[in-house]
Amino acid sequence: MFDHILSILIFFPAVAALLGFVVKPAGIRAYGVAVATVEFVLSLVLWLLYDPNVSGMQFLETLPLVPSFGINYIVGIDGISLFIIILAAFFTMLGIATLPQNTKDEKNMIVTLLFLQMTMVGVFAALDAIVFYVFWELSLVPMLYIIGAWGGPLRIYASIKFFLYTFAGSLVMLVGMLFMAYFYYQVTGKWSFALLDWYRLVLPVSYQVWLFLAFFLGFAIKVPMFPFHTWLPYAHGQAPTIGSVILAAILLKMGTYAFIRFSLPLFPDASVLFMKPIAVLAIIMIIYTAMVAYAQKDIKQVVAYSSISHMGVIILGTFALNVEGITGSIFLMIGHGVVSGALFLLVGVIYERRHTKLMSEFGGLADVMPRYALIFGIMLMASVGLPLTINFVGEFLSFLGFYQQSHILTLIAGSAIIVGAIYMLSAFKKAFFGNVTKKENENLPDLTKTELFALVPLSIITIWLGVYPKPVLEPINNSVEAVVELMHEKAITPEAKLKIPDVKAIRIADAAVVKEAE
Amino acid sequence: MLAPINVNFESLNIMTLVPMLIPIAGALLILVVDLAKPKMDKSLYVMLSILFLFMDFMSLMGSASSFMQNGTILGMFDVMLVDGLAVVSQFIIVVASMLFIPLALTSKRFHEFSYPEFFALFLFMIAGFQFMVATDNLILIFVGLETASLALYTLIAMHNREKSFEAAVKYFTMGALAAGFFSFGAMIFYAITGSVEINQIATVLTANGFADIGYVMVGVAFILAAFAFKLSLVPFHTWAPDVYEGSSAAMAGYMSIVPKIAGFIVAMRFFEFLIHSGVFWVEAILYFFVIVTMTAANLWALVQTDVKRMLAYSSISHAGFAMAAVMIGTTQANSALLLYWVLFTFTNLGSFSMLWISRQKKLLPGQSSDHSYEKFAGMIKTAPMAATIMALFMLSLAGVPPFALFWGKLYMISSAVTAGYTVLALIMALNSAIAGYYYLKLIVYMFMKEPEDERYEKVFSSNVSLSLKTIIGIAAIGTIFAFVAVDPLLQAIGGFVYNSGY
Repeated sequence: MFDHILSILIFFPAVAALLGFVVKPAGIRAYGVAVATVEFVLSLVLWLLYDPNVSGMQFLETLPLVPSFGINYIVGIDGISLFIIILAAFFTMLGIATLPQNTKDEKNMIVTLLFLQMTMVGVFAALDAIVFYVFWELSLVPMLYIIGAWGGPLRIYASIKFFLYTFAGSLVMLVGMLFMAYFYYQVTGKWSFALLDWYRLVLPVSYQVWLFLAFFLGFAIKVPMFPFHTWLPYAHGQAPTIGSVILAAILLKMGTYAFIRFSLPLFPDASVLFMKPIAVLAIIMIIYTAMVAYAQKDIKQVVAYSSISHMGVIILGTFALNVEGITGSIFLMIGHGVVSGALFLLVGVIYERRHTKLMSEFGGLADVMPRYALIFGIMLMASVGLPLTINFVGEFLSFLGFYQQSHILTLIAGSAIIVGAIYMLSAFKKAFFGNVTKKENENLPDLTKTELFALVPLSIITIWLGVYPKPVLEPINNSVEAVVELMHEKAITPEAKLKIPDVKAIRIADAAVVKEAE
Repeated sequence: MLAPINVNFESLNIMTLVPMLIPIAGALLILVVDLAKPKMDKSLYVMLSILFLFMDFMSLMGSASSFMQNGTILGMFDVMLVDGLAVVSQFIIVVASMLFIPLALTSKRFHEFSYPEFFALFLFMIAGFQFMVATDNLILIFVGLETASLALYTLIAMHNREKSFEAAVKYFTMGALAAGFFSFGAMIFYAITGSVEINQIATVLTANGFADIGYVMVGVAFILAAFAFKLSLVPFHTWAPDVYEGSSAAMAGYMSIVPKIAGFIVAMRFFEFLIHSGVFWVEAILYFFVIVTMTAANLWALVQTDVKRMLAYSSISHAGFAMAAVMIGTTQANSALLLYWVLFTFTNLGSFSMLWISRQKKLLPGQSSDHSYEKFAGMIKTAPMAATIMALFMLSLAGVPPFALFWGKLYMISSAVTAGYTVLALIMALNSAIAGYYYLKLIVYMFMKEPEDERYEKVFSSNVSLSLKTIIGIAAIGTIFAFVAVDPLLQAIGGFVYNSGY
């Protein structure tokens, strides 16, 4: 029954979206929520069936698509992708449920969101480069429509910029993929785009460098890394709440996920070679965007820039190239998804009530909307990485991982987090404390039931996974160990062998220590 | 006194002519029907044309199976050449024609379709294109080319608008110049090799090691210029946007597909040995043409205000893309070209048909042109289904997966990568990104802007009829489900191309 659960997860929303065209506009919201809930439950079933002790791919499905050119529909998940898929299902459900009542063309919006969900799950489940690329590119189209049709005054500019930036980057990545397949063809005499086949391919360092750069361009624009980040503030600034939530929580994770899925295991030597330059970019990204965030007047822009800033920590953790760093960065992806998604939802809540996002318009909201202020406070603390919240675990592990590669860079990056705390707390102060200065703010209603339905679970997750991250951390850790082991085995240069730890040796040594102790 | 020539009828291999004779017979029959019973409805002629094209298709199936068994077949004193390229390209020509001719069945009345001559000329034209691709004799290529082109000029002019006359005359003048170039080039090759058959020319030139390289280059320059006109490669493209604008959308769509595939096949036959001869300049010139055509046409398309002109420039850019395959010249590249063109046929059929159903006879006050972007503003609100389908075709043209043209682009770029043209592959990829912008522009107008004028609401589908809807449906299905068809297509095309030695 559950043999094809991944395909069901991918295509169920798409089929539902097609059928949704028939549903009358009055019932479309109920329909959307129902479909998204079923999808979310399915994703939980996936977690239930997932065997956390297996480090490799599970639920594999294969279907030939263009066999003569080596393109197959291959999907499968491991600990790295499992939780992001659940997160995607969760946020789509929350997003549809909390759509503002007065959304125009509600039907188009919900159908688009369901299509978007298909592409999101597809990206994280695909194990064939072309299938991955198909979902990766296809995800741009619904997002283009969401930003362009429901966004702010500059929405068309923002949506086109978003589309073209990402599209251009990924076309270069496509050329890289074609090269990869060609190298595979040269070695084995067979065309293949299957990722698991590519993993077995050991490339000379000079090839690795060029291919790494081609893939890097595609991924870095998506993340977005400094200096390719300029599209994101526009996209966030103009997008409707639901667009920002999905963008920050899931779509940006595609880039960081792809680094771990493609760049690291395919090009271990190039990854080591580029570790320092990328770390420097990531640190610039952390500090620079944090400073820009401090200067913002618009609360949504603060959240947007802080979101970019934290993506820098994820990159840093990924390029630590050891188990701690990568596990931390994946955990942080989930944490960042929950927290920044929630923050954008919260900004959306106040925007719906006041139709402004300028911080100067608020002040003293804590008196008027205590529940809102409480949840905002929790999310804000999580965002700055307070211990016992979800982000702390990921950030700590990421830094721990990178500390083994470079002390200085980690210290600089760590101190940048303090800047993050400054701007977040100052934003919170401006909006929530002090006296109620504006008359319009005096009678704002507190959170409604629907909003609580979305935000309370997010708060619970934030704290729960901050206190007890093991159920999520363990499957991730097992899969990451496999990735790092693969990287160590494939690395050619002595420097790479040195920088990428030998997981197998460590495991044996640990076992020996345990035995001795006994 | 001349000695009597004994020709064995068997050796003529008259079967090689059958696929071309069928449309000619059809054209003559249509004329006879008109003589016997004039003033019949256009639907009669459309259906007759489809029937004859279907017979043509069946006879091509015969050619295909005999090619599979016996390899390349020569006929009519070795003038006819039925190899894999000829078979595949004739399939494309005939199928594309079968899909385009029902576009005549519009709900509005158009002048040209009331003439049976229109359909007769249409069938003559197809026969011309078929001759062009099924020979390697430069004279027969010329005859086929001119038969088809003269018919095409007339078809354009029959649309009976001021702009159509302008377009036809422009196309005719440019076409005449190209014909001159072609015959001049062919003459030079005849002078230095003593043959008008491409494989003979290749043998002689290879045997003497390209001794007359100067003459060869002059000949190449003339022939290339002739093809550049026909394939609308920059800088010989100047006629294309005006001609597309002047002719009906259905005709423009047809022109972007069928004449070009015929041209590509001849170019493939002609440049194949030149590319592999290692003469640097041939490759350099072609490289220049490919890059400039792709890039410049893309940049011009960015600034167009009329959708049809935008599509005209986009077609030029796509032609440059396909020309890259001719330049690369490997089996994979040649297969890629044919695959690309099959997929392009469906997508362009769809997009031009969508313009065709919104054809207005009279412009509204203040409307700059028939297919201005403003006309499509906010179409999602007034005609959601049509807007979605149009967007689908635009995304396919832009190369967004998994729609049809993505697979063509994928295989084409891969062939560049495999043949070692890394820079070319990157330029192709970046050009696709540039092209994304102008296709997106239409999507932006349709989905994100508010309707400009409520009177436009009525015109989106003012020209629609059941047969047009059917064609658009076929195009849409072909575009969406291309991923199913790519593998069988690739295997079939690859087999034909490989077995004909290209």
